[in-house]
Amino acid sequence: MIEAVWGWPPPVLDPAGPYSAQVTTLSWALFALGVFVTGVVVVALWVAIKGPPNWKANLGGERAIWIGGVAFPGVVLTALLIWGLTLTASLTEPIRGDEMRIRVTGEMWWFRVEYLDPDGAVMMVDANEIHIPVDTPVVLELESADVIHSFWVPHLSGKKDMIPGRRTLLRIEADRAGEFGGVCAEYCGGQHALMGFIAVVHEPAAWQSWLADRMDTLANAAEPVAQESQRYPGDADLYPTEAEYLERYDARRGYDLFMETGCAACHRIAGSEANGLAGPDLTHIASRRSLGAGILPNHRGTLIGWIGDSQSIKPGNRMPSYDRLSAEDLGHIAAFLELQK
Amino acid sequence: MVSSDRGKAIVATVLALGASSVVSGCKDPVQTRYEPSDAAKSRGLVAIEKTGCGSCHEIPGVEWPRGRLGPSLAGFDDVGLIAGKLPNRPGLLAAFIRNAPAIKPGSTMPPMPVTDAEAQDVASYLYGLDSD
Ligand code: HEC
Ligand code: HEC
Ligand SMILES: [Cu+2]
Repeated sequence: MIEAVWGWPPPVLDPAGPYSAQVTTLSWALFALGVFVTGVVVVALWVAIKGPPNWKANLGGERAIWIGGVAFPGVVLTALLIWGLTLTASLTEPIRGDEMRIRVTGEMWWFRVEYLDPDGAVMMVDANEIHIPVDTPVVLELESADVIHSFWVPHLSGKKDMIPGRRTLLRIEADRAGEFGGVCAEYCGGQHALMGFIAVVHEPAAWQSWLADRMDTLANAAEPVAQESQRYPGDADLYPTEAEYLERYDARRGYDLFMETGCAACHRIAGSEANGLAGPDLTHIASRRSLGAGILPNHRGTLIGWIGDSQSIKPGNRMPSYDRLSAEDLGHIAAFLELQK
Repeated sequence: MVSSDRGKAIVATVLALGASSVVSGCKDPVQTRYEPSDAAKSRGLVAIEKTGCGSCHEIPGVEWPRGRLGPSLAGFDDVGLIAGKLPNRPGLLAAFIRNAPAIKPGSTMPPMPVTDAEAQDVASYLYGLDSD
């Protein structure tokens, strides 16, 4: 998330879609005007203190007040208001109703993500990651499970509050593919600063295949420990002794531990007995880019670290640290979760 | 917090100054006392942050995360044996970082997704955390 959210240029000045582009243009205009007005004030101040007497007299006269104090701000602010509202009119255009919809719920301190079908039924559940196709307006139904959060992907849109008991709508659109960091933008308690997510924008073909993969996973989800080998295909350079590792850590054992040690009471894995709703859905955990709501890279090490000791990483988060499990057991569980693409 | 850290640092410095006359005489001169380059050290820190080693280790210079599943890596150049088992040499350390179970059978630190070059930079960074 750190790379995705920070970096240069800063995301608020690097729009990746029409809605954020308008906000950015308006911000630059406001910056420029602010600099200009500050300049005028500084010059006037200089004249008032050190300027020649006749300049001072002019500056203090009634005419200066009518021009500088009434006419100038009146004209400039009215023009700015009209221009600003016209420029950003599309931000508040009514939702048509036929856009793709995703429901995003703010929870302390992560994001629940539900993809809706055209009838509004949930067709796929995920967390902390939002996938959308490029050049397509997407409507987000924003909700909150506890306190007020705020949804913000600076590259793609302005902020919109997520309010308990209410549904707010936000339309986003991206005009280039990429990964864009998002954050909660409304203080929501201790770990607010570690509550992020990633918006992934796909080219049309990649979008189709991503969606097909996900649907495929769901269709075949009945056996969550299938296809044992090939956890990190193509990463032979990064994982030179993968075969030995696979021998040592047993995904089947991990599955049992997942069900026995209480994970299943808080986490759901489609097609298995695990149907807890208190924590993020883990059906696709292995294909997520981050762990812990956009805060850690997702690989075996961070996965084990998170499960074993999430309270050191994100103090006060609502998952207990599993430091009572042995390293071996944590390895088994990670081996199981690595299969949940 | 800053001031108490600074306080600790001052105490540590004073102690170190007092002790250095005693200790410096018996430091192993060749292999563990090598001086990594600054470039390698800063590349190492980048790799550590990118990989998220902090999710299991407290590492000086890494503000967050400071996981406690694995041992703290402070003052690593003074550690006698890597993970209590291997002589503390740069090559072995890099290999351990990359693939701990292959170097120390039974190690509970999982293999890490870093390249060979990154592992060497990380080792440089850890040795660069000189506490004396
Ligand atoms: C009391 C409920 C609870 C239990 C029990 C629990 N978790 Fe969690 N888990 C959570 C919550 C809540 C989060 C989100 C924390 C956050 O990011 O603030 C989470 C996050 C996670 C994540 C990161 C998900 C992501 O997308 O970032 C993983 C992986 C995970 N849990 C695995 C496990 C495993 C494995 C177990 C059992 C050993 C377990 N959890 C037990 C509640 C729980
Ligand atoms: C899943 C948690 C985890 C992650 C992530 C992790 N380590 Fe470790 N690390 C451990 C454990 C556990 C040990 C103790 C291993 C042993 O005794 O065999 C250890 C030991 C070490 C040691 C030896 C410490 C000593 O006092 O001898 C070093 C050095 C080390 N790790 C570096 C790293 C680096 C660098 C990274 C990131 C690339 C990293 N670790 C990521 C868990 C982890
Ligand atoms: Cu928040």
